[in-house]
Amino acid sequence: MSGGLVLNLQWTDWLSLFGHYLLLSMLSVGGAISTTSEMHRYLVEEHHWLTASQFNASIAIAQAAPGPNVLFVALMGWNVGMNAGGMPLAFFGMLVTMVGILLPSTTLTYLAAQWGHRNRELRAVRAFKVGMGPIVIALLLATSWVLANTNAHAAVGGEWKLWLISILSALLIWRTRIHLLVLLAFGALLGGLGLL
Amino acid sequence: MNTSTAQPRPQPRSLADLFISFTLLALQGFGGVLAVVQHNLVEKKKWLTREEFVEEWAVAQIMPGPNVVNLALVIGGRYFGLRGALAALAGMLLVPLMLLLLLAITYAHVSDHPGIAGALRGMGAVAAGLIGASGLKLASTLKTHPLGHVLAIVFCVLTLIVIAAFRWPLYVVLPVFGGLSCFLTYRKIKS
Repeated sequence: MSGGLVLNLQWTDWLSLFGHYLLLSMLSVGGAISTTSEMHRYLVEEHHWLTASQFNASIAIAQAAPGPNVLFVALMGWNVGMNAGGMPLAFFGMLVTMVGILLPSTTLTYLAAQWGHRNRELRAVRAFKVGMGPIVIALLLATSWVLANTNAHAAVGGEWKLWLISILSALLIWRTRIHLLVLLAFGALLGGLGLL
Repeated sequence: MNTSTAQPRPQPRSLADLFISFTLLALQGFGGVLAVVQHNLVEKKKWLTREEFVEEWAVAQIMPGPNVVNLALVIGGRYFGLRGALAALAGMLLVPLMLLLLLAITYAHVSDHPGIAGALRGMGAVAAGLIGASGLKLASTLKTHPLGHVLAIVFCVLTLIVIAAFRWPLYVVLPVFGGLSCFLTYRKIKS
């Protein structure tokens, strides 16, 4: 990416970056995206390892590409490495941030899930998994609402059109057998032609 | 609850099947993979019932870390233990990551182009709707909830309101509403 910084990172800096992402991993209840403001504070404001536009571009490009949202973390590490001296360091930076953000949370989740599966007949385990049902379903609906709202606000006008697309997509997938990719392609086409 | 444990049902055939399935799911996930996972694994492949999906999703959601990555771990681990968890995790991350790097290297400023920005908005609107559809489909499990469908729906709607309208943070919502719902469920079910 152009307009980057020129950094001279020591191994203590890489270690600090790794440690910070290990910590963020444990704090990321609700997904890695919930810790972005802390990442911004650390990478952009405190250490100046990324420019604000590199930070925003990391999130924007990751959202444009398919795959889980957490991949924006890889791009942040990648850009820190690029600023520190090019492609090999960029790969290293990507490893540092991705392993950092995933290692603690995946280990903990795996152990908890296996324990829960072994003890699935336990009354407390059943109560937790079944009892959380109404809450996590509400979280899905709330996420849908918040995303549709944020997305509509980003429009230059005609917010109602984006809302209409969101609501129609929800109803079509809920009630018909239409393919997800057909709807996504349709949305991209309408938006790309400047109709949204 | 466990109505379908007796009859044989579809499941991943091998580690490679898990890896490839999750790779394909991840590559269809523009603006979030969860809706794609729910749609394909539950409605199409039928590896999980809607009830089981809600239970696994509760675990994935409550633990720290990216939710959909956690979900891949939990589902993979359910069939092949640690190797299954790693295969599903690798499927979810590996190919999308390579694709993303390619995109970052070649088209660093692609998201500034007005046509691309418009297309992303359109896809964002659809993606928001897809997650809503997953929520609506899974809401059918509330009909047979041990709390009774009325109380279960009340819990669901109240949680939706405090998050979407009042923007309560998760670390308040999960202990308060989740804790109460789990406590009441505990008293309803027999050990």
